[in-house]
Amino acid sequence: MLKREGEIRIPSGCAIAAVISKEGKGIRGDLISEAMKPMHDRSNGLGGGFAGYGIYPEMRDFFAFHIFFDHRSTRKECEALLKERFEIVKGELIPTRKIPQITDEPIIWRYFVAPLKSMLAAEQIDENEFVARTVVKINTQLKGAYVFSSGKNMGCFKAVGFPEDVGEFYRLEEYEGYSWTAHGRYPTNTPGWWGGAHPFSLLDYSVVHNGEISSYDANRRYIEMFGYKCTLQTDTEVITYIIDYLLRRQKLTLEEVASVIAAPFWSTINAKPEKEKEKLTYLRTVFSNLLITGPFSIVFGWDGGLMALNDRLKLRSMITAEKDDKVFIASEEAAIIAMEPEAENFYAPSGGEPVIVRVKEGKF
Amino acid sequence: MKRVYVNEKWCLGCHLCEYNCAFANSGMTDMVKALKDKPIYPRVHIEQSDDITYAVSCRHCKDPLCVKSCIAGAISIVDGVVKIDKTKCVGCLTCVLVCPYGAVRPGPTGAAQKCELCLENSCGEPACVKGCPNNAIVYEERQEEK
Amino acid sequence: MIDQYIYPEFEVVRNQNRCISCRVCERQCANEVHRYDTDLGVMLSDETKCVNCQRCVSLCPTHALKIVKSDCRLRENANWSDQTIKEVYKQANSGGVLLSSMGNPTPLPVYWDKILINASQVTNPPIDPLREPMETKVFLGKKPEKVLRRASGELITQMPPQIELSMPVMFSAMSYGSISYNAHASLARAATELGICYNTGEGGLHEDFYCYGENTIVQVASGRFGVHKNYLEAAAAVEIKMGQGAKPGIGGHLPGAKIVGDISRTRMIPEGSDAISPAPHHDIYSIEDLRQLVYSLKEATDYKKPVIIKVAAVHNIAAIASGIARSGADIIAIDGFRGGTGAAPTRIRDNVGIPIELALAAVDQRLRDEGIRNNVSLVVGGSVRSAADVVKAVALGADAVYVATAALLALGCHLCRTCHSGKCNWGIATQRPDLVKRLNPDIGSRRLVNLMNAWRHEIKELMGAMGINSIECLRGNRLMLRGVGLTAKELEILGISHAGE
Repeated sequence: MLKREGEIRIPSGCAIAAVISKEGKGIRGDLISEAMKPMHDRSNGLGGGFAGYGIYPEMRDFFAFHIFFDHRSTRKECEALLKERFEIVKGELIPTRKIPQITDEPIIWRYFVAPLKSMLAAEQIDENEFVARTVVKINTQLKGAYVFSSGKNMGCFKAVGFPEDVGEFYRLEEYEGYSWTAHGRYPTNTPGWWGGAHPFSLLDYSVVHNGEISSYDANRRYIEMFGYKCTLQTDTEVITYIIDYLLRRQKLTLEEVASVIAAPFWSTINAKPEKEKEKLTYLRTVFSNLLITGPFSIVFGWDGGLMALNDRLKLRSMITAEKDDKVFIASEEAAIIAMEPEAENFYAPSGGEPVIVRVKEGKF
Repeated sequence: MKRVYVNEKWCLGCHLCEYNCAFANSGMTDMVKALKDKPIYPRVHIEQSDDITYAVSCRHCKDPLCVKSCIAGAISIVDGVVKIDKTKCVGCLTCVLVCPYGAVRPGPTGAAQKCELCLENSCGEPACVKGCPNNAIVYEERQEEK
Repeated sequence: MIDQYIYPEFEVVRNQNRCISCRVCERQCANEVHRYDTDLGVMLSDETKCVNCQRCVSLCPTHALKIVKSDCRLRENANWSDQTIKEVYKQANSGGVLLSSMGNPTPLPVYWDKILINASQVTNPPIDPLREPMETKVFLGKKPEKVLRRASGELITQMPPQIELSMPVMFSAMSYGSISYNAHASLARAATELGICYNTGEGGLHEDFYCYGENTIVQVASGRFGVHKNYLEAAAAVEIKMGQGAKPGIGGHLPGAKIVGDISRTRMIPEGSDAISPAPHHDIYSIEDLRQLVYSLKEATDYKKPVIIKVAAVHNIAAIASGIARSGADIIAIDGFRGGTGAAPTRIRDNVGIPIELALAAVDQRLRDEGIRNNVSLVVGGSVRSAADVVKAVALGADAVYVATAALLALGCHLCRTCHSGKCNWGIATQRPDLVKRLNPDIGSRRLVNLMNAWRHEIKELMGAMGINSIECLRGNRLMLRGVGLTAKELEILGISHAGE
């Protein structure tokens, strides 16, 4: 019998796309869904998904948990656990549309929650760490429940199917956000599981990724020292944890994160001016086990922007373009043209060169 | 000019150079056939005293006594290499007598012979150097001594 | 009691049709096996003295010689092997502890040979090291837990002291005394040219080799021979030797006969006195004592040198390593039960300790489980024989490896395992001047550099095949390994899956 995801490592090829408005203007979810159509052949119908930022403005102060349940009883059990730790402001089924392309869906709920102050005080941690730990706890200990989105004012939507069908299934046209990322999956070794689709997300961080990293187990075994648990055994999951660790726990800047996970070659570092060289040597030495090798192109989303990054040899295609206040990122140029036929300034970032787009302060 | 030099610090006194030399100048392709059960006439010789061993061969002097002393005009300098023309040598062995290094010796036919850097035999480079197990004998260009 | 006769272990087979009686064999055999008989006009051999070091075989210009194992056998017995019986004879004769040299030769499992390496196909590309950059540089030492910044936001880039290596291989400890001056010169020069380190062992550092200090690890062992301020300051790192894989729990003994001239001066002990390294450090009877020595050495070197603790792989190595990782040490070196030695009691060498592969896997996992893997770098030795072994060790979790036997082989050693006789025909494990000079460091260092460059190429090829272009992405990357013919328990300890899984 095929092993379920998490019991075995699953490599996959993929398509990614993203769009962001630097002015923080609303973009409808069906736009990003359009981008995935010309890249249909980069997926194989075993997973598609999206992450939208700024989609829950009225609930922006609460963590939005999107959860798959295998069964009603699992939901009851999970809700009981949530109630011990959070105030649940709202809990509801995520609206979906019945279409023939998407079948066998689990029970899909979302909860808007606030951590109980007493619990935060008892565990002596901040609310982000508290939420992160809760997510890891549910996903590792509560069989049949899987939290696939846990940030504020953002949400992931994913399923087994082709990405454009997943967009229709989740009625993405009903959401508006200032940025979106999308993913179509071509896994090679899975029966297809809803939780295994991408984006992978923790707190407001989300990652879509195309590639198969060769450093996986080195990265995983390092990051698991810090309380993370790689339950899915996918690249995207470990990349998300690495970024979370470096950004949130080590307080690195995005640029510094990029020079850890796609570190310049030593020859490049040694040719830099003294100050820069010291810094890059330091980062590469201290976080040597977080260097990622093998092909990847990723779009990392967070509350306020997007970062696109290729592996340092650029073994996966990735291209960016602009139009007015919008920036587009995709595996293929065709995907960008599908979103914006008038797009301009097409640019293929070199290996290890981060493209960071921030939404103007206070615009979302 | 490239010459054969010996560093006695690394000379082990194994005498392999002598056998390699004799073989290289034998004109044969098999060492056993060339040297087995025969007296050998190498052009390099190990000098030994207590703990020191040293392979001696022709220095190819700039102003060689052997050339001056040869009564038959058999010894000459060609491109810096001191050579003996066997067909001219009368076997008087004056050269053996005058060489301050003891580098010239009588050969199997009675004619004098000495190291000619393996330039004309099948080895093509000094066989003693090639076969020295400890790099004690080298063939290299050095600053000319005054 | 009469001497119990033991038939010679080896036969010298001389092809008289090929022998030209050049007597190279005779001149090169310190054991005096060969001699020329002027009456018969042939070479003869005394095989009782032969140790099968192959010096004569290697130098014979007509390939007239070979040394073979004698087929004279005692009556077959599956329980009492020839070896066992002969050892009984020897001990009944001498009343002494049996001595052996180099690593454990017994047919215990070699786990390296039961581990296979992955390669990329289709889903990600292999990388050609001739076309793309491929990095093997490593830094050994403690890594800071938390990134610190100045008020301006600028990163504070100071780090605890590190050793920088161009590739994850170092020459492990062999003392001046156990090996020759020329062997040390070869190692020091090769390490410097390669951008790696060699290790003095417990014999001090000869004054001629201070110039190679940046590529030298100096050892402080239980005898404290040759340890002084300049010695510590000259080095790239200081290693405290607690144990050795070939003889865990056993000290060392260099006989007074070998303590002559430079060796006596370098060890800082009188000529002719035995150099005895006690089994324990007598100021370290527990982990808290070790911490004191670590910090004494750090004080003495102004906190500028990483401190390495070298231990033998023994049963509870994971717990020991965990203790060391909290002792202030920067690097842990673990030496497996196949590690070499200049002399060890045979019973200890062949029966004490555990395989390095299992020790490494257990220690790396334990340190990760405890979240202290970054406190220390992990170096392993004890029979790392090839680039493939290096790659497997790194993938199991090592930061670098120590090699010694392979380095000695490069210098000419033929693993005859009689270092303790002091008559090494290859000029390595000897102090006899006529033998020492057989190892010309020009040749020795070049051969070491060749060997390591060859390994570096192979490491890059293996990494490239896996789609990895930097060695740090291989470190601890156990998914790149699969076991063959291993039990579930062995796989569990190694932390790898079986081939086909």
